[in-house]
Amino acid sequence: MMWRVGTVVALQDETATARTITLKVPDWPGHIAGQHVDVRLTASDGYSAVRSYSIASAPNAEKRVELTVERLPNGEVSPYLTQEIAVSDCLELRGPIGGWFVWRAKQTEPIQLVAGGSGIVPLMAMIRSRALAGSTAPFRLLYSVREPQAVFYREELQALSDHDRSMNLTYAYTRVAPKDWPRPPSRIDAALIANTTWPSKLVPTCYVCGPTSFVESASRLLTSSGNDPEKIRTERFGPTGERQ
Amino acid sequence: MNPNIDDYLDGNAAAGELSNIFAMDVTAAEGQCAHCGAIKRFAEAHVYMQGPGLVARCSVCQHALLRFVSARQRVFLDLRGLTCLILDTSQLVESGR
Repeated sequence: MMWRVGTVVALQDETATARTITLKVPDWPGHIAGQHVDVRLTASDGYSAVRSYSIASAPNAEKRVELTVERLPNGEVSPYLTQEIAVSDCLELRGPIGGWFVWRAKQTEPIQLVAGGSGIVPLMAMIRSRALAGSTAPFRLLYSVREPQAVFYREELQALSDHDRSMNLTYAYTRVAPKDWPRPPSRIDAALIANTTWPSKLVPTCYVCGPTSFVESASRLLTSSGNDPEKIRTERFGPTGERQ
Repeated sequence: MNPNIDDYLDGNAAAGELSNIFAMDVTAAEGQCAHCGAIKRFAEAHVYMQGPGLVARCSVCQHALLRFVSARQRVFLDLRGLTCLILDTSQLVESGR
């Protein structure tokens, strides 16, 4: 697959450490919600680094691609993408990549999304794609996040779930919860899965994205609550892929 | 072998590199492990990217399915851990190719 060039047309901070980069890619062939791209940065001495980032935007006709990138303290690429890049800069992209961890608007079955931290990004593309397509597929999102300030897309998620009864949203805070939050800060567990995700008898398709350890534990919990492993699609990121 | 749980990613992470070789998406492809016989989507394979190349391992038995190294304008692809790779051609229609 060839490398394409995208031009930065907008930048928006999502949290203190994460930023959304909007690129205009003239020869973009279109994408499906859930896909990712590889980004290549090349230094003046020829050294290059490639990292994968999920696409946050829904498929659109404007050939715009949004990536939300979380800065890693010792990252090689993410500090540049979150701090230094400016509007009208160019980036090399390879993609769209992936045909398994995707949601298509023709899917009508219940959908269970489970995000760990910045694993929300490809799931947000699915939520946006659903809204844009006018789909009525029932969606539930369980979003596990360290603290309230680390939530991506909070207002948009709230607005989407306020206006649509078949889009349900649950936050699970792992370190710090808002005041009077019913559940003390902790990782997702069997009780939370049982109370907030689709009953397995409805046979939802589940999409789980986050760091490897999160994905392993969330998919294990979904399986033990009766979901068929074949219906659980996963995408993992970690320090080696710098996908955070 | 006792890999640390956070040391691996999955087949999705290998798809960009493999797109240089395969004309079709490999993440949705089903592969059969030559060691245990399990048939799984390539997206589910455990992928290790710390070395000079990448290694995809069976998510059931951890045996290597695929090794990929790109060096000096050459790509070395070792597929002996896969008995069969079944690619979905419907995506060619979808993308208009």
